[in-house]
Amino acid sequence: MDGSRLVKEFTKGLWKEIPPFRFVLGLCPTLACTTTVRDGFGMGLCLTFVLVCSNILISLLRKVIPSQVRIPCFIVVVATFVIIVELVTQAYFYSLYMALGIFIPLIVVNCIPLGRAEAFASKNEVIYSLADGLGMGLGFTCSLTALAIFREVFGKGTFLYHHIMWSGFEPFAFLQKPPGAFVCLGLMLGIMNLIGSGEK
Amino acid sequence: MEQEVWTFSDYIMLVVSGVLVNNILLIRFLGNCPFLGVSKKMDTAVGMTFGVIFVLTCTGPITWFVEHYLLEKFDIVYLETLAFILTIAVFVQLVEMVIKKVSPALYRGLGIYLPLITTNCCILGTCFYNIRFKFGFMPTVVFSFASALGFGLALIIMAGIRERFHYARIPKCFQDTSIGLITAGLIGLSFFAFAGLAK
Repeated sequence: MDGSRLVKEFTKGLWKEIPPFRFVLGLCPTLACTTTVRDGFGMGLCLTFVLVCSNILISLLRKVIPSQVRIPCFIVVVATFVIIVELVTQAYFYSLYMALGIFIPLIVVNCIPLGRAEAFASKNEVIYSLADGLGMGLGFTCSLTALAIFREVFGKGTFLYHHIMWSGFEPFAFLQKPPGAFVCLGLMLGIMNLIGSGEK
Repeated sequence: MEQEVWTFSDYIMLVVSGVLVNNILLIRFLGNCPFLGVSKKMDTAVGMTFGVIFVLTCTGPITWFVEHYLLEKFDIVYLETLAFILTIAVFVQLVEMVIKKVSPALYRGLGIYLPLITTNCCILGTCFYNIRFKFGFMPTVVFSFASALGFGLALIIMAGIRERFHYARIPKCFQDTSIGLITAGLIGLSFFAFAGLAK
């Protein structure tokens, strides 16, 4: 086991390859579940759990799964953990479950868990896959939370349902609506590119 | 499954709602990855559109049967997610094999989009909506078709606009996906004007 490689695999998900900005994958939850900070953060954690667990299991099974049928196998593994998340949120976080709705079961076709399984977990050892999954998951959570903070604070004038703007503040309702999500994400992506372009 | 009677105008409203008011891409946010991935060129967008219309119109009713005659019967509705994705994956694989055998010309046009469709969340999402809205059989067929049509409409509009980006001077950091998302937002805004036509 190599400590510096472990750190590298973990941190690449947080900035260098942060989803959904560096790879444009997993856009549906990014757009749909960021109207409030709670939803964005909750969605991020759900995906992190699925990603970490599926990465570990697929990495353990990487020598067993025949390569011709690997994609269906990955989907079944991911679906198993998605069902776990679905049942747990339904039992303990019911309001979050209602708010996210259809997007919890849809993690199963989210490109991030499948993409990481295909590109990383099926080729690397368990410990690195764990670091990769955790890094990517937390990176995704950060992106979603950042977008959600922007959309909630300016679109609704609240933060975690507490009013934080001054009393005469007129919220930009556009940001809460579906088209606002696209425009916000597009602008954020552009700004990320602007910051990132200096590094190369 | 309640046996309510659907009149013809109800179906029309369902189509209007699926295609325009609650457009699956722009208002419901399903299937955005292929939306941005294949909308750079018109012919790939058209290929994807026909693939999605065909697969969704078939898998919608199939998953409806799976839900009501398999999962509910054995009381294993919590396996819905797994059962649906497997049904879709198997169906897509089957269609791919049949098309390859029967019509090589169609396979060359459509073949590369079929594997992508399995992980297109607008397919699975529409199947879930069919169940959550408690549709009967006919509304399921109509709604699945309308959703796919809405997907195609948005995708083709987007491809038409994106082809013209070649002639526009876009700032370097906003190129490609970034400007694509902003454009999608503006198209979404125009679709928002239909709100209120149908629920």
